[in-house]
Amino acid sequence: MVLHAFTVPVLNVLNLLASCLLLISFAMLSERRTPRLITLFAGQGTILFISTCLIAHSSGLHELYYSAALTLLLKVIGLPLILRRLIYRLDAQWDSEPLVNVPLTMLAGLALVIFAFGLAQPISMMATTITRNMLGIALAVILLSFLMMITRRKAVTQVIGFLAMENGLFFAATSATYGMPMVIELGIALDVLVGVFILGLFFFQIREQFESLDLRNMENLKEE
Amino acid sequence: MRAITLVRQLGEVALAIGIAPLFAGWIAQCRAWMQSRSAPPVTQPYRMLRKLFHKDAALAATASPLFRITPYILFGTMVLAAAIIPSLATDLPFARAADAIALIGLFATARVFLSLAAMDIGTAFGTMGARREMMIGFLAEPALLMVLFNASLLYGSTALPSLVDGYRAHPSIIDPSVIFAAVAFVMVLLAENARIPIDNPSTHLELTMIHEAMLLEYSARHLALVEWASYLKLFNYACIGFALFVPWGIAIHGADGIFALALSIVALIAKLIVAGAALASIESLSAKLRLFRAPEFLAMAFLLAVLGLLVHLLLGVR
Repeated sequence: MVLHAFTVPVLNVLNLLASCLLLISFAMLSERRTPRLITLFAGQGTILFISTCLIAHSSGLHELYYSAALTLLLKVIGLPLILRRLIYRLDAQWDSEPLVNVPLTMLAGLALVIFAFGLAQPISMMATTITRNMLGIALAVILLSFLMMITRRKAVTQVIGFLAMENGLFFAATSATYGMPMVIELGIALDVLVGVFILGLFFFQIREQFESLDLRNMENLKEE
Repeated sequence: MRAITLVRQLGEVALAIGIAPLFAGWIAQCRAWMQSRSAPPVTQPYRMLRKLFHKDAALAATASPLFRITPYILFGTMVLAAAIIPSLATDLPFARAADAIALIGLFATARVFLSLAAMDIGTAFGTMGARREMMIGFLAEPALLMVLFNASLLYGSTALPSLVDGYRAHPSIIDPSVIFAAVAFVMVLLAENARIPIDNPSTHLELTMIHEAMLLEYSARHLALVEWASYLKLFNYACIGFALFVPWGIAIHGADGIFALALSIVALIAKLIVAGAALASIESLSAKLRLFRAPEFLAMAFLLAVLGLLVHLLLGVR
């Protein structure tokens, strides 16, 4: 692959966007209310869209525009809309989760960020792209989304954590290798969309069974 | 040459003292607009100060001299802080005298005296307010220090004038860590100045108030000075924020014409207008946190500032 020389301002803006992405991940980690979590998720999608457009523009790779458009359609407009309708239908829009010990979670998040940065350092040395520094941030976003899924108890917020993880993976792909092949990207997009639909069905099933969306109920064994 | 810089320094301090109540009035007006109340005039704080200065002071029988001199100490430390912070120009005698860490020490001095004075009378509310203030203070200070270290990593100094000069030398570069530091700084500003997520400056509901609880025993000119000092503190924090994150228009070292000075005054007023509106919107949009959530809020601020340091190490502009 040809090494495209990014101009310094573009690189600066990309770095800024990457750190915004990390900031939003931390905000998601500490957010209690589901609707605002969805807004944050849409914000993450917007940043991905802008950064992908920027990389596409300055590297001259036109197929990246398609994946940017896909991001806009799916992650900024589509999925937040579906999730919003879902929580509205589930009557869960006013739910707030009792998060245990936010400072401790934040500290764990900080440790994860340090771990991710350390892990990405040798890998990014091998990357040929100029955006390789962002690999660490992408990895941190993925790990933070993991942490969010672990700390949450409600089904909807766990799904949002899963989707945020996919955002991190997408960002890793664009920053390390200028995006995945189009076929794979389309496949992942379809998977995510279908996944949300199926999980949406599951929400209703879970609520019917336990009369709440709290996943703790699923841990109890039943003798019948 | 020395005389002229001294005149400038005095002018800067006088402007700070004069404009600080106006800034508080502007925030109150913006808040009223956003809550669709009819707004008080911008000059309302001046009227209140004048009213208070004309009244006779009442002192509790148990008040010690400490209680009486605290308003003057508070006002004095805030004025000194206003002299140190480069709000208009960096090339001033006081601005070079102390760095940002000394500045934090100055704020801490004011806090200690206010808390002691609140405990001095021996009422339950004053003591409670003082304890709460100390709790917020000890959580906010490390976060503020981290924000400053962030800036000093960028420009190699903790003195605010050098930071401004350093920034103005490379104005096109925005380091990604600045975002984290800025968010953390705004959170600290809200907590330190008794703004809404932590404390409501306009409440007199006993169980929630922090800052107001400490002032309950003050009256007349003492109260006026304490209030004025708190306006000045808010103004000072805003100016620290401008110096750290948006130092456009501040007259830098070497540029000391009358034009640069006029430009810096215009820039300062424009920034204050924007910052006041932004603060008012933050306050209108967020609900007051329970007191026990305050440590969480400030821990967030601290962690964001630390994260800024990390991000700078990973993708800082070299």
